[in-house]
Amino acid sequence: MKLTIPAFVGRIAFSALAALIGAIFALPLLWFLFAPFNARAELGLALPDPWTLNNFVTVFGNSYAVQALWNSFIQAVGGVILVGAAATLAAYALSRSSIPGKGAVTYILLLFSSVVSGSAAMVPIFLIVSAAGLMDTHLAVILTFAGGLLPTAMFILRDFIDSIPKSYEESAMVAGASPVQAFFDVALPVIRPGIVVVVVWGFVNIWGSFLIPFILLRSDSNMPASVAIYSFYSEAGTPIVTLLAAYSLIYSLPVIALYLFVSWKFGFRFFGGIKA
Amino acid sequence: MASVEFKNVTKSFGEFKAVADVSFDIADGEFVCLLGPSGCGKTTSLRMMAGLETPSSGKILIGGEEVTHLHPKDRNIAMVFQDYALYPHMNLADNIAYPLKVRGEPVAQRHARAKEVADVLKIGHLMDRLPSQISGGQQQRTSLARALVYPAKVYLFDEPLSNLDAKLRLEARGFLNHLQRDMGMTAVYVTHDQAEAMALATRIAVMDQGHIVQFASPIEIYRRPATTFVANFVGNPPMNLVEVEGAQVDGKLALKAEGLTIAGLAMTDAIGKALTASGKLTLGLRPEHLGIAAAGAVNTITAPLFANENMGPESLVTVDRGDSARVTARIFTDDHLDLSNVVTLGFSAEHVHLFDSAGKRIPALGE
Ligand SMILES: Nc1ncnc2c1ncn2[C@@H]1O[C@H](COP(=O)(O)OP(=O)(O)OP(=O)(O)O)[C@@H](O)[C@H]1O
Ligand SMILES: [Mg+2]
Repeated sequence: MKLTIPAFVGRIAFSALAALIGAIFALPLLWFLFAPFNARAELGLALPDPWTLNNFVTVFGNSYAVQALWNSFIQAVGGVILVGAAATLAAYALSRSSIPGKGAVTYILLLFSSVVSGSAAMVPIFLIVSAAGLMDTHLAVILTFAGGLLPTAMFILRDFIDSIPKSYEESAMVAGASPVQAFFDVALPVIRPGIVVVVVWGFVNIWGSFLIPFILLRSDSNMPASVAIYSFYSEAGTPIVTLLAAYSLIYSLPVIALYLFVSWKFGFRFFGGIKA
Repeated sequence: MASVEFKNVTKSFGEFKAVADVSFDIADGEFVCLLGPSGCGKTTSLRMMAGLETPSSGKILIGGEEVTHLHPKDRNIAMVFQDYALYPHMNLADNIAYPLKVRGEPVAQRHARAKEVADVLKIGHLMDRLPSQISGGQQQRTSLARALVYPAKVYLFDEPLSNLDAKLRLEARGFLNHLQRDMGMTAVYVTHDQAEAMALATRIAVMDQGHIVQFASPIEIYRRPATTFVANFVGNPPMNLVEVEGAQVDGKLALKAEGLTIAGLAMTDAIGKALTASGKLTLGLRPEHLGIAAAGAVNTITAPLFANENMGPESLVTVDRGDSARVTARIFTDDHLDLSNVVTLGFSAEHVHLFDSAGKRIPALGE
């Protein structure tokens, strides 16, 4: 194909613009990769000289910071198990049974979900958790997140299950399986990619959230990493950039690892229906 | 193997009756086809036999026992689904052996049995593949294998061949016919393909709008269709239906219609009754009973030629009597037919079918 001169110039201009925008987005990422290995890191972008792991040694020496990572893990995994299991069962029921008005139920839940984990509901949530005597426990955080994420997770999964032909379970039941057997043998394996999506999404949500654990937890020993990051400030309130950068990198690794694992194992592909 | 019985079964979806007060008896070892146009309630009837749908009223019996509200798993039936419903995460061996797995058979045994059935169906070499890794015809046979792997009381088929191409369909049809002869299974087979029904069934239930219009052997349905609906549904091409004016002349039935000449037919009481209700009758003629009329023939239909299609062993000659009232003749010749613009088709009186103004068959003399 031959390009006319104006079209050619246009392409160059477009590519240059795209490159510029790309660079603007890449800069913070580069800082994020370089700063943790730089003993004299500042907010400006600089190549580490020399490269060092000292920042990490300091972070791992800080027992509060390490404990916080573990807390994040407990809360995220706990929340994800609860959301994954409950959403799968609820979405399956909503999709397969013929309850009148089930569509309305899902939409109303979805509407409220943005409220539950949103800041508007913080005061009632605080009061409920405190009345239940769950203040300053992992369970409080896990339950709150489960409540907040469940409707959306149900919604995603219900859509996913709706697209899977009923004839899978029906053929299993005709072949002699009970509904429970049909669910575990046939439906669950086919739904699994959808569950994985929900689990990853839930994990990332809980792992990165600050407000809810900050409000529901008291003691340092329960705080997750998202809150602990704030411990890398000097008395004067200025951030200790070196430690902050190293900790941030560690903090983001589980999420990256999760994405890589899932896309390696499942490829984010769905195999819903078969070709008719 | 067992019999199947429907007693006044109705299934409503809201106001709409998908199956309306249907009763029939299927004897042990019969292969019954439910035949009818789209939406007439065939699948719904089949699903009620399987227990996947509960009748709104009425009773269903399998092997003489009432199963109306029994869960599918407790009915001991096998079913082949239209979309095959092969489990995408299991290989063929596990797919075919699944019914044995839920029956608690050990792995080695059930895989051996699955292989046996798969070999018969010529998919034994594919046991390690996933359903997505085999062709449509192989998927169809896999779903068949899964239904045949355990002894069931009744085998249900919901248009199992409709996703196959024409050649594979003929092959699979022949195989099913062979299987039926071999096993003597009780089977209910849903289809909207009349040729499939004619080829496979020991009896056909023709359905229309939730009702069974006729339930009889293929030959009976072909020779004596109970209504114009059945006449128009069975046969390829279907029976020609010509609106005629009937009157009694000199003790004989005289029929009048545009382009039609026909000798007086013998009167019967049934014809007399139909005539008193209304002079309007419907004359039915199968395409294969029409030919190019010999000179001086008495029973003829004359009209402008509409189409002349040569199909190899036969030709379809269609004439247009105006207002899209077309009449097709199926003429068995492998020669090209040279026809003029106006064609006269002839038939013999013994092949005449008569229907009254409501579309019900008027029994011929001696029926
Ligand atoms: N779950 C349902 N809810 C509402 N209406 C239904 C339902 N299932 C079937 N119907 C209606 O009942 C009628 C009969 O359906 P059915 O599936 O038995 O038709 P069918 O004879 O199998 O047609 P086809 O040849 O197209 O498969 C149709 O009009 C259909 O729209
Ligand atoms: Mg159907």
